[in-house]
Amino acid sequence: MDQFRAFFDMGGYAAFVWPAYGLTAAVMVGFVITSLRRLRRRQRRLAEMEASRASKE
Amino acid sequence: MHRFANPGRFQRIATRILPWTAVASGLLIAWGLYLALFVSPPDYQQGESVRIMYVHVPSAWMALFVYVMIALASAASLIWRHPLADVAARAASPLGAAFALLTLVTGSLWGEPMWGTWWVWDARLTSMLVLFFLYLGHIALMNAFEDQQRGYRAAAILALVGVINIPIIKYSVEWWSTLHQPASVIRIGGPTIESSLLWPLAIMALGFKLYFVSLLLIRMRSELIAARLRAIDMALVRRRGG
Repeated sequence: MDQFRAFFDMGGYAAFVWPAYGLTAAVMVGFVITSLRRLRRRQRRLAEMEASRASKE
Repeated sequence: MHRFANPGRFQRIATRILPWTAVASGLLIAWGLYLALFVSPPDYQQGESVRIMYVHVPSAWMALFVYVMIALASAASLIWRHPLADVAARAASPLGAAFALLTLVTGSLWGEPMWGTWWVWDARLTSMLVLFFLYLGHIALMNAFEDQQRGYRAAAILALVGVINIPIIKYSVEWWSTLHQPASVIRIGGPTIESSLLWPLAIMALGFKLYFVSLLLIRMRSELIAARLRAIDMALVRRRGG
């Protein structure tokens, strides 16, 4: 238990170290999520558009 | 417009590479985080706050690396009109901006306990801030024009004009007296940083690079589909005569 507390305390620098890592992780993960979401959305739209074009021809 | 009509070689190569870069990036970053947080020693002066280095420095390296990549793509776009160059620049820019911002914020989080200040207008920090603004300008220009091609061209010119900032950032700690410390890794004579700190740093840096490559491929694929959608839209509008 003491080890965990010492780890999270980061030698007194917890208020600086954890936001630094947290923000970096949030931004990097966030980009993956939004980029993949946008890709899926566009792929779906393209499939719809090509399907409706094919049905019209 | 119709140069994006077929997925082509890029998609095939991208589909083959992406799983490898994505998995490698995940593993390297996981390993790097483990070394950074659990294995690497605290600094005798900076204590545990030195661990911020393992996100701050890779972010900074990425901010610079991505900008150079965009500058090269911009040159390819302006000189050879390579169709993928604009797509690559567009896909990369927000990532570069994010890394620049992370560099500044993690740097401030490191600076406050170590230097006693969140910010100082020294050459390194100021030129990094300028880099962030260049990214914002690049993104804004790409989106500012009705005619997509004009936006790409304006952005490409901005990227090339701004490239002088890169050596300024790199050498700022040598050319001016800065609060920011001098180079301890990429320098003539080799790194002066201890290997127990260098290893986690190198692993994180490589992980970040592969992360960027993976995300770039995803975003480029996304952008190519968007271009195709626009082309279809325009064709429909023309057919309807409106």
